[in-house]
Amino acid sequence: MAEPLVIARDLHKSFGELVAVAGIDFEVQRGEVFGFLGPNGAGKSSTMKMIGSVSPISSGSLTVLGMDPAVDGPRIRARLGVVPQDNNLDEELTVYENLLIYGRYYGLPKKVINPRIDELLAFAQLEERRKSRVEPLSGGMKRRLTIARGLINTPEMMILDEPTTGLDPQARHLLWDRLYRLKQEGVTLIITTHYMDEAEQLCDRLVIMDKGKIVAHGSPRQLIEQHSTREVLELRFAVGTQEARARELEGRAVRTEILPDRVLLYTNDADVLFDEIHAAGIIPESTVSRRATLEDVFLHLTGRSLVD
Amino acid sequence: MALAYSGRVLEANARVYRRTWRGSVMSTFLNPVLFLLAMGVGLGKLVDAGDSSLAVDYLTFLAPGLLASTAMTTAAGDASFPVMAGIKWRKSYEAILATPIGVGDLVAGHLGWIGVRLTFVTVVYGGVMIAFGATSLVEGLLAVPPAVLTGLAFAAVVTAYTARLKDEQGLSSLFRWGITPLFLFSGTFFPISQLPGWMHPVAYSTPLFHGVELCRGIALDLPAHVDPWISVGYLVTMLLVGWFFATRFMRGRLVK
Ligand SMILES: Nc1ncnc2c1ncn2[C@@H]1O[C@H](COP(=O)(O)OP(=O)(O)OP(=O)(O)O)[C@@H](O)[C@H]1O
Ligand SMILES: [Mg+2]
Repeated sequence: MAEPLVIARDLHKSFGELVAVAGIDFEVQRGEVFGFLGPNGAGKSSTMKMIGSVSPISSGSLTVLGMDPAVDGPRIRARLGVVPQDNNLDEELTVYENLLIYGRYYGLPKKVINPRIDELLAFAQLEERRKSRVEPLSGGMKRRLTIARGLINTPEMMILDEPTTGLDPQARHLLWDRLYRLKQEGVTLIITTHYMDEAEQLCDRLVIMDKGKIVAHGSPRQLIEQHSTREVLELRFAVGTQEARARELEGRAVRTEILPDRVLLYTNDADVLFDEIHAAGIIPESTVSRRATLEDVFLHLTGRSLVD
Repeated sequence: MALAYSGRVLEANARVYRRTWRGSVMSTFLNPVLFLLAMGVGLGKLVDAGDSSLAVDYLTFLAPGLLASTAMTTAAGDASFPVMAGIKWRKSYEAILATPIGVGDLVAGHLGWIGVRLTFVTVVYGGVMIAFGATSLVEGLLAVPPAVLTGLAFAAVVTAYTARLKDEQGLSSLFRWGITPLFLFSGTFFPISQLPGWMHPVAYSTPLFHGVELCRGIALDLPAHVDPWISVGYLVTMLLVGWFFATRFMRGRLVK
């Protein structure tokens, strides 16, 4: 098998006392979409910056494109595309100028950059905005421009930190389509996201991080199989009766989770369980039966309470 | 390679400037004209009519000093607010460092660009001086390199200073307590000998004094108060030390 594009072993990142990444191991293969999921502060961006060879690692080892970021930072960065969590476009400049100047940082001649910009503006659906300043563009346009900018050097691997946060569904779907096209062109993608549907749609493999550590890894399907049942039955009871009802439900499902507004029953066959409950005389106000999702896995592994 | 990288930063600065030059070009051309008119010609009439101990008329005395001072203020402006913007407001440095460009290239390219700007500004200034008859063509042009050196020395130190600032308050302090007093008391408007004796060592130790001395010495062909090589050594050292710390502080600020 070809050598992975990224190999991390016992990778750590600390900021003074604070440990942001507390020893993680992973490999990213060429051509795949690799995801990092995790609650706020889990250490995703810190990991992205280390892979992007802009933030030195604290300990452990990291190899990117077969090189050591501490030694070959510029050579690695020349072959990467980066989309940071916060857009850092030059808002005073036009769309075109942002791309041109960025291309020049990679040392590309204008002859190469200009046709590339035409392609990228088409790719990002920003052709009409070529000459407008960046500042008045919508959030979705800026995000697309940041992604286009990250592609100016035709990178082998792209690092996207929450590429779709803050975008409306149309813009997200457009971006998914664009990212999918990149994957088909053979670009390796590393992405972080808070959207589970996005991760399920896009990622071949992903890791879930929590408090600087990897708590699960695999394909979306594997993760659901390993950490959840196939289906979930969601029950709502009349106000005030949930507590009592829920106690009667204990032990009937593989796992029972009581939330303030509803009870979740994890089971491999929701219909059978529903019939059993009915037969036992427990009648909820409303019922939803659905397939388990990555979100169930995520919440199960990282907890439902806010970290910060 | 490093040179090519800093060249790319310089070029990017030039491209950004191409869009924003209109704001500064007026001040570049107008400031020397206004200053030389008001101070050199207007005030100069009074000075020259009085019991001036200057060997030359006031306009001639003032012009080269203003050249060095202008280099300083231009450099201080270019090395402060745009650096703060790059670090914090626009985060353009973060974007640059994601490319093959490193912190050393970033700082070198930034200072290189300021050098280009200073050359432009001081050549314009020299032209105005010549037009006012404050100096001859050759001597006016000869005064440009020491003025650029003065500006670069300030650019390096101000960049280092700005790289460590949390917010823009430190920038107004820089101008209030640093640049403005230097502008007024470094021998630009009157010879240091006019200051009380205890202030002489202070004035002699300021960088702008050495810049003014060099420019004036060349433009007027006057005997200098200090050996010009000491002044050159002073400014070159300031440039190199400032550059070193600018890179160091910038790395501390941007590489986390
Ligand atoms: N430059 C820094 N200096 C100090 N602490 C930092 C720095 N960058 C990140 N941290 C801390 O490291 C921890 C991990 O942050 P990181 O940005 O990697 O999390 P994240 O998973 O990307 O979170 P989010 O989903 O909110 O973007 C946090 O506690 C954060 O405060
Ligand atoms: Mg983050």
